Amino acid sequence: MAEATAPRDLLRPHGDGELEIRLGGQGPEVLLLHGSHGWWGWEPVHELLAAEFSVIAPSHPGFGRSTRVPGVDTMDDLAYFYLDLMAEMRLTPARIVGFGLGGWLAAEIAVRTPDAVDRLVLVDSVGIKVSDRETLDVGDPFVLAADPHQAMLWHDPTAHQAPLPHPGMEPTMLEAMLRNHESAMYYGFKPYMHNPKLKQRLHRIKARTLVVWGADDRLVTPSYGEVFAASIPGAQFVSIPEAGHYPHRERPEAFVPLAIDFLRSTR
Amino acid sequence: MLAYHFTEMPYPFFSPEQEKDGGPRVIMPNSTFDPQIGADLYNRYLDDYIYADELGLEIMLNEHHQTATCTDVCLSISAGALARQTRRAKICLLGNPLPHRDNPVRVAEEVAMLDNVSRGRIISGFVRGVGTEVHPANTNPALTRERFEESHDLIIKAWTTREPFAWEGKHWHYRYVNVWPRTYQQPHPPIWITGTSPDNVPWIADHEYTFAVFLLSYDDATRLFNIYRRRTEELGLAEPGPDKFAVLALCYVGETDEEAWDEGRAIQWYLQRVRHPGFTNPPGFNSVRTQMMIMSGIDKPRGDSFESLREKGIILAGSPKTVVKQIKEWHNRGVGHLLLMNQSGPMDAAMTRKSMKLFAEEVYPEIKDLPAVEVDWHSMDPSQALFA
Repeated sequence: MAEATAPRDLLRPHGDGELEIRLGGQGPEVLLLHGSHGWWGWEPVHELLAAEFSVIAPSHPGFGRSTRVPGVDTMDDLAYFYLDLMAEMRLTPARIVGFGLGGWLAAEIAVRTPDAVDRLVLVDSVGIKVSDRETLDVGDPFVLAADPHQAMLWHDPTAHQAPLPHPGMEPTMLEAMLRNHESAMYYGFKPYMHNPKLKQRLHRIKARTLVVWGADDRLVTPSYGEVFAASIPGAQFVSIPEAGHYPHRERPEAFVPLAIDFLRSTR
Repeated sequence: MLAYHFTEMPYPFFSPEQEKDGGPRVIMPNSTFDPQIGADLYNRYLDDYIYADELGLEIMLNEHHQTATCTDVCLSISAGALARQTRRAKICLLGNPLPHRDNPVRVAEEVAMLDNVSRGRIISGFVRGVGTEVHPANTNPALTRERFEESHDLIIKAWTTREPFAWEGKHWHYRYVNVWPRTYQQPHPPIWITGTSPDNVPWIADHEYTFAVFLLSYDDATRLFNIYRRRTEELGLAEPGPDKFAVLALCYVGETDEEAWDEGRAIQWYLQRVRHPGFTNPPGFNSVRTQMMIMSGIDKPRGDSFESLREKGIILAGSPKTVVKQIKEWHNRGVGHLLLMNQSGPMDAAMTRKSMKLFAEEVYPEIKDLPAVEVDWHSMDPSQALFA
């Protein structure tokens, strides 16, 4: 095992603004794409993955401290934004782990340029339409009060809490969380958290793919995840018990070894 | 000072139990609505507007969607009825929710037709729509500002262009825009814009439009007006007169203060409705800066007592003499248009009209032709600016 280097936050100049990237560890690079609620600092999942990999965890434009990028206002634009960034940072063909909305983004990247992705891990990912037109596939926590919002995210909301924006929050954190929610709407409001065309394009993915799901995800169900996995050639589906929408946060000790084994494996 | 009659056309017949989980907006089941009652209400509210015309008041209309608090779902329908059934009143549409109207050319056509039918009595207000409008229209809340501005630009261009033109913007695309009819008022009806945070006030000032605020205190409204004034000064534009500032307040006039302060409390119904935070303030709808200010507790006039709301000028209630005094305070702050929510919740026609008549006969003559005042806004402390 390579020795992990200390994590650092980088504000990388980008156009007229900045891109926030959390970096840590050493070894082969793995690109982590966050979900609609953003990164909550250097998280345990980052630290654990950094034991084996160089972790690269950007905040998407508009999230965290990353500024919006002119012209980047859809998931389509974000996918091309990351394809450019991956090329610039010499990550291609990349190992990508995408969580929630970040999983959707990873899939959009992989269907556009299949050779740009070598390993793909989708964790409780949104992005496709599965059910009939009168059934929402993805829950809408953004209109809920804090308690039901938390209940939608966690298997055990008494043991875990997402940093939802609230009046007592430290202002820098509050601003970042408000920007996360705003940007989740910006990219994902309509059609809500999916691209109607994505499912029919998933067959293009060439990366070896692992689909991981919290067995108790109440925001987007495991059966949705099974359809996601079945739509990607050769993808494996693994369910993690006693975890909700964030298996990497609720059960990192279960999630991380699984991810590491998969990311290290040869074809 | 011009005064406008306004009702949200509420459907007030629901119980606290029906209201408690989600409030009366967006998700209250429409099983609550009885069309037999609703038909009577629509006709009665329209009759009240005709009565306002007869009393010499102007008219203001608005629209909302999927809510029991306001059953006017289309300004062009209510204004269409009133354009024919009234004779003299200005009809202020406040306003068309531009981000949520998917065809701006259709908005331009409808307002132009109303302006013709009414022979130039239309005031064309444009609004971004409150947060609860995001879900009925399913408009991306984070895009409402830019959709508002592009739609506005297209509508103005459509009204002021005398030949077909093309529009290939971000949100709207047309090869041939050619609005028939032309507006009756030229180059187009007066434009009014609403605002409740500093986010869009400079934009309103840039265009020298009339700026309307709803249910704000004397001081909070003045702070927003001063942002407008400062902006026009910076741009070297004319000092904005009373025609540029409008306020909406709840109003109930009684024979005596005691009578108005007793039965007139009914006017608070609108403020007392349950507000669902997720629908009222969806993420992305307000800027992050404004969200942070809301979270710091600045946006709480609704919890106020009747007495406090009167002191702040959010509720105008009392004898004619008392209400005249309250309105003069608005006048002294440079306001030229007073939008009066004369009806709220279950207030019936008799009660509403009693107050309207007292207003028209005993209040309006005292305030209608007040001499212009010089507002000494430079001496007001800019650090006190709302949300600044």
